[in-house]
Amino acid sequence: MKNYDIVIIGGGPAGLAAAVSARQSGIDSILILERDKELGGILNQCIHNGFGLHTFKEELTGPEYAQRFIVQAKELDIEYRLNTMVLEVGADKVVTAMNREDGLFLIQAKAVILAMGCRERPRGALNIPGYRPAGIYSAGTAQRLVNMDGYMPGREVVILGSGDIGLIMARRMTLEGAKVKVVAELMPYSGGLKRNIVQCLDDYGIPLKLSHTVVDIKGKERVEGVTLAQVDEKNKPIPGTEEYYACDTLLLSVGLIPENEISRGMGVVMNPVTSGPRVNESLETNLEGVFACGNVLHVHDLVDFVSEEAAAAGRNAAAYVKSGKDGASDAKTPVVAAKNAVDKDTREEMAQQDTGAGSEQEIELVATGGVRYTVPCTIRTSHMEDELKVRFRVGSVYQNCFVSVYFDDERVIHRKKMVFAPAEMEEVKLTKEQILRYPELRRITFRIEE
Amino acid sequence: MYDVVIIGAGVCGAAVAHELSRYQAKICVLEKEEDVCCGTSKANSAIVHAGYDAVTGSLKAKLNVRGNELMEELSKELDFPFERNGSLVLCFNESDMPNLQALYDRGVANGVKGMKILNKEEVLQMEPNVTEDVYAALYAPTGGIVCPFGLNIALAENACVNGVDFQFDTEVIQIRKMEEGYELQTDKGVFCAKCVVNAAGVYADKFHNMVSEKKLSITARRGDYCLLDKEAGNHVRRTIFTLPGKLGKGILVTPTVHGNLLIGPTAVEVEDKEGVNTTADGLAQVLTKAGMSVKNIPTRQVITSFAGLRAHEAGDDFIIGEAEDAPGFVDCAGIESPGIASCPAIGEMAAGIVKEKMGLIAKDDFIATRKGILNPGTLCMEERNDLIKENPAYGNIICRCEMVTEGEIIDAIRRPLGAKSLDGVKRRTRAGMGRCQSGFCSPRTMEILARECGMSMFDITKSGGNSKLVVGTNKDTVS
Repeated sequence: MKNYDIVIIGGGPAGLAAAVSARQSGIDSILILERDKELGGILNQCIHNGFGLHTFKEELTGPEYAQRFIVQAKELDIEYRLNTMVLEVGADKVVTAMNREDGLFLIQAKAVILAMGCRERPRGALNIPGYRPAGIYSAGTAQRLVNMDGYMPGREVVILGSGDIGLIMARRMTLEGAKVKVVAELMPYSGGLKRNIVQCLDDYGIPLKLSHTVVDIKGKERVEGVTLAQVDEKNKPIPGTEEYYACDTLLLSVGLIPENEISRGMGVVMNPVTSGPRVNESLETNLEGVFACGNVLHVHDLVDFVSEEAAAAGRNAAAYVKSGKDGASDAKTPVVAAKNAVDKDTREEMAQQDTGAGSEQEIELVATGGVRYTVPCTIRTSHMEDELKVRFRVGSVYQNCFVSVYFDDERVIHRKKMVFAPAEMEEVKLTKEQILRYPELRRITFRIEE
Repeated sequence: MYDVVIIGAGVCGAAVAHELSRYQAKICVLEKEEDVCCGTSKANSAIVHAGYDAVTGSLKAKLNVRGNELMEELSKELDFPFERNGSLVLCFNESDMPNLQALYDRGVANGVKGMKILNKEEVLQMEPNVTEDVYAALYAPTGGIVCPFGLNIALAENACVNGVDFQFDTEVIQIRKMEEGYELQTDKGVFCAKCVVNAAGVYADKFHNMVSEKKLSITARRGDYCLLDKEAGNHVRRTIFTLPGKLGKGILVTPTVHGNLLIGPTAVEVEDKEGVNTTADGLAQVLTKAGMSVKNIPTRQVITSFAGLRAHEAGDDFIIGEAEDAPGFVDCAGIESPGIASCPAIGEMAAGIVKEKMGLIAKDDFIATRKGILNPGTLCMEERNDLIKENPAYGNIICRCEMVTEGEIIDAIRRPLGAKSLDGVKRRTRAGMGRCQSGFCSPRTMEILARECGMSMFDITKSGGNSKLVVGTNKDTVS
């Protein structure tokens, strides 16, 4: 059995950024396991631009954005294996993986970073009635067929769901010669970014029907048409509002689900709201030395935030390996002071804690009043970096409201924003200094207030 | 001239073909779809009923109990998934106890073994997720679950290996009685046979009525189902029925042999015998009623829904036998529930009639066993690595949700009566049957199909006919 300090499951944007940052934090022994034939993950099929505005201050396509990280990973000599499927990971961090060349093999890791990304919700999850003919695709599958293989899944298209992939595919299908008749959205607001509605629908005259859903699919062999209907405030179709659209293709962009089958198999505790692991300030799950980042943790809106989050996971995994807490690591492992790594005070505190001198202060983060969840779910001040970004999403659209953060009962942050929308991930920065001012702090509450 | 032509390659047609392939005879199966298992056989509850439901003395009762007995051995001979998980019929009122007792008595009369009536505590101990409203239940340990695709494909494959000719995409249009035997006109030419076995599912009445004055009438009864993720697969261990009551036979909740949870069906009579569309009402009914017998069903975990048609004959029993006024025309008609459970016995009975009629002689070289598609997941690490070394395609996962390798997909395509479509691959290997419902694997499976079958990507279908998956290349219509 081979040994690595850090095994990263997934070579998409999250896995790559985690690997680069772990290496920069002084870890040599890193392995990325990627199931596809190349690094970069889903970015490889996202050939539109708009990536990297935050990270690189320029507008890149998905493959270009991925390439920046692939180049870094290669320059840093990070080991990776392609076409390699991880079948399971034990709670003891033994990774079982398989590919054509090596067969089935085991790897012992000191730390594991979960970066498997997410998958699309299928039709069944929505219980859309009707026939089950060819021509019903999830938007991402259609995106792969068109952008990577050059095949048109159909000519006349109806799209259900206004998530970003759906919007992007409305434009792509139009550019490739298909007629996109309508995009229907169950909710009274779009699930995608404002800029995508403008650039992908408005610019091409594609109508967006909010509060609408598909109530029937016609066609026994290939899709012949779909019926849309308006829904009431309980999302139930309103009789009499049915409208039939002849089409040969229905694309579904109805949500993403973090792919946590491996995590669940290990015994990682999940947050039912995000369908991702519950993590602490270090993005560490309930299993020590098992970290999560990117869309497997919670679905992000922009890849820039994935990279940023994954870099933190990489740094924290590196710190964990260097702390020697994994038990498997030997005493000879030098504790190298890493740039960008955990700050000096924290390391001292961690050391204190290791010797049993420090007392752990674990603070619970509570999402309520319009805030659906927070990542992380808990903060241990002893392990906190100087600054921590708490990310969350809201449950519906709020205008001219405040995001408020309460330290126990005291409101310490009250920040106004023009619009909060479920499509956009929000963040609030907490500093370690700020938190340490409240030594008895047990609970930080996030809510939207008028 | 064939000795026997069988119309339909569903479980019944395949079971008859399998049984008849033991004898020296020239046999052909005509199927209008592109594959076996495309009608009722692919969309049902997949339950091997114990046999207490049907009226004592009926063919349904007799063949169900016999089929249930045969299924275990058959599943070993032909290598398809079958599990005797047991079943419970729940009763919610003391006042319904006579009905539960009647069911028990009928089971005993039908020859069902090992049944017991359990009280509330015993039921809840056995199945903690049954609702607290339960008063008592009939427990039948012989009840089972089967992979309907596996069963149908195994029967057909074995028949094929034993010399039965299968003609797909071949629809029978007219049948004429000849001096000797029958002439079947199809959209692919004329087939002649001394004997015809009518295993045409919802269309069995149409073909019967072409040759007989004793008319049959089959109504299609649609049932909607929801299939849940494997995470919900252990919600119940046994198949949970409710006592047939005012609301009809009710909605069952059952694990599948592959570890999913299945709930359904509704029962709606429909005019269109191809009308396998689910409806909003039907799906809502399934979800609501399932919750009346089993609590906390994680309905958020539904991964797909589907509908199937049961062939209900007006006489309310299976019709198996030679039509009175059409010698050599043998019906397997009205095969609704418990059809899957009964099919080995239906095959035995119908083939027996044909054998007697024609004086068929057993073959010396009948191949009685069949090995299914190898599932590398069942091998130990060493065996698996030997396999991958020999054939690296077994190291390449195509379907991530069900962990299906390229090796299995290639096997499914290359074996006798191999898969020709995405659904054909899915029914044989489960690629695309998991929680993402083929989102990830369908483009990859399409490429393998194109390569293995020497087909263009534009000709790859979901399920044959016009169910094409891609229609052109980028910008091919942009001038």
